[in-house]
Amino acid sequence: MSTEEIKFSEESLALVKKTIAKYPEGRQKSALLPILHLAQAEFDGWLSVPVMDYVASLLDIQPIEVYEVASFYSMFNLKPVGKCILEVCHTSSCWLRGADDIVDHISNKLNIKVGETTADGMFTLKTVECLGSCGSAPMLMCGSQYHEHLTFEKVDGLIDNLRNENKRTTYLDEVKVENY
Amino acid sequence: MGKKILLEHAEVPGIQGYEVYREKGGYRSVEKALKTMSAEQVVEEVKTSGVRGRGGAGFPAGMKWSFLAKPEGVPRYLVCNADESEPGTFKDRYLMSKIPHLLIEGMITASYALGANTSYIYIRGEYYYLIGILEKAIEEAYANGWLGKNILGTDFSHDLYVHPGAGAYICGEETALLESLEGKRGNPRMKPPFPAVKGLYDCPTVVNNVETIAAVVPIINDGGEAYANIGIGRSTGTKLISASGHIKKPGVYEVEMGLPVEEFIYSDEYCGGILNDKKLKAVVAGGSSVPILPADLILTTANGEPRLMSYESLSDGGFQTGTMLGSGGFIVMDETTNIAKNLYNFTRFYHHESCGQCSPCREGTAWMEKILHKVLAGKGSMEDIDLLWDIQTKIDGNTICPLGEAASWPVASAIRHFRQDFEELVKNPAGLDETRYYYHCNNINPEVA
Ligand SMILES: Cc1cc2nc3c(=O)[nH]c(=O)nc-3n(C[C@H](O)[C@H](O)[C@H](O)COP(=O)(O)O)c2cc1C
Ligand code: SF4
Ligand code: FES
Repeated sequence: MSTEEIKFSEESLALVKKTIAKYPEGRQKSALLPILHLAQAEFDGWLSVPVMDYVASLLDIQPIEVYEVASFYSMFNLKPVGKCILEVCHTSSCWLRGADDIVDHISNKLNIKVGETTADGMFTLKTVECLGSCGSAPMLMCGSQYHEHLTFEKVDGLIDNLRNENKRTTYLDEVKVENY
Repeated sequence: MGKKILLEHAEVPGIQGYEVYREKGGYRSVEKALKTMSAEQVVEEVKTSGVRGRGGAGFPAGMKWSFLAKPEGVPRYLVCNADESEPGTFKDRYLMSKIPHLLIEGMITASYALGANTSYIYIRGEYYYLIGILEKAIEEAYANGWLGKNILGTDFSHDLYVHPGAGAYICGEETALLESLEGKRGNPRMKPPFPAVKGLYDCPTVVNNVETIAAVVPIINDGGEAYANIGIGRSTGTKLISASGHIKKPGVYEVEMGLPVEEFIYSDEYCGGILNDKKLKAVVAGGSSVPILPADLILTTANGEPRLMSYESLSDGGFQTGTMLGSGGFIVMDETTNIAKNLYNFTRFYHHESCGQCSPCREGTAWMEKILHKVLAGKGSMEDIDLLWDIQTKIDGNTICPLGEAASWPVASAIRHFRQDFEELVKNPAGLDETRYYYHCNNINPEVA
């Protein structure tokens, strides 16, 4: 893929413009994180070098300024990933309530280890640190959706659903919030 | 029944929307401040209230505001810290999802006090779904004249934006947060200069936690004095506590400062007691960074007084026998928990989250994780426990930002109070195959995962 082939949709470009406008004149670099999120969501769930170069050109900054940021933050993937990343929290509160068992269960069910992607490219299993859902432990995040109070049955149901939907999940997906 | 001043209306149907929020008295603090008070008077009320920063450090908010530099012709900023990544803490998420307008209202009133015409809410990337909720509330606030130009016909204008992070605990540290907001890696800055002098874009900036900013609303509505009358001593007001771990009723609770810890753990109004009626073993009272305490010391101080939910009572006894209120992330562990295993979990966290700028933190957290891993794998020795102790003393106080201490204190306190749990793993490596370890995989590469 050359840089020429990479271009945001019109809708995303409008969003890029709107995002840059949130920051003072000359401080467009502030828009880097939100735009990387947008890029990851639009370009197959990960940030390739050409995609990062494209983002640099949009913000009028050096490519290195994008690489050093993209590699710092754990939500950015620098390698291809499955359509759905199952991000299981394994920090203390979740660990106390059985997070390791959830990880093992997914690992056995999908026949992948932590960090791996299923052969059909559908799922990647990842462990992450505290997601601010400790009171609903154990939990996992997939796309922007939190799945809380997990049991093996719940996980099985979720995996079936995701497989049936067969869609890429992203952090920017809209979420139905209970009671809202 | 404790007094609720932040979450009073949290469960009112429709409170997420503007109409209901306004019906329940929303945006009164903006009206009162802009129409009847000078900016200095608002700062004074917050000082009088005695409210202390709810992000963890507990620094008096009014005092922090009064340090803000005001050079001519230079913009000032208010930045809300909604990074909420301290393990065990989930109160800000609860507040923002339940009553988003409370935070928006607090941001406007606080910005008026600080003379900030632009403010940002920096929210952790994993809370992306909350951005939609906050932006909807912001839109409603603009539509109803609470944001934008010449609010309520005064000469105060204000714009408010939400900015996402992307997964980095360190961005909760205020200077790392500002770096991140400027589109850089989250490397904490050397202080001084403090953000109050040189913060966002080198301009004077106040960074406050979500809960601190929300508290400005009742403080202005009812007066600083009324707020100061709630709570106990220098711990004024209420605190949102995130309760998790081995308890019957995990969740976010608003408690009046001064509530006995025992009541908080065992009363049905709060945690409801220990899960499966097991015995209490230990509590981390203020998020993963504060010292862990055994059951006897969390329920009563070393002097035998009942331990209370307040800054002073929780820190009674210093680090020998006390802890800290911190962010209010209250993690409860029952008798079956091995504290060395939990420490491994915490230490892995700090190693993963170290930004890597200072060698004591970068190398020390890695080394501690490695040793604990060895101990858990049944290959540890008694000397390893002493080595762990030694490493944490060398990180503590020798780093640019407080993450170094945050990584040291859990180690020190775990060894101080639960050495037997480490020794047990050293002496009795059998049965350890049940211990599983998982590594981080930012770049999703099975070889390094
Ligand atoms: C490693 C580290 C992580 C932190 N994380 C947070 C956080 O997630 N949220 C927060 O409000 N404060 C956090 N803080 C504290 C902030 O640096 C800062 O003190 C706080 O935002 C100030 O707001 P307050 O005075 O209202 O508490 C953290 C500090 C450190 C050292
Ligand atoms: S103490 Fe750790 S996290 Fe803080 S600046 Fe140093 S290396 Fe970075
Ligand atoms: S420990 Fe898992 S969400 Fe906090």
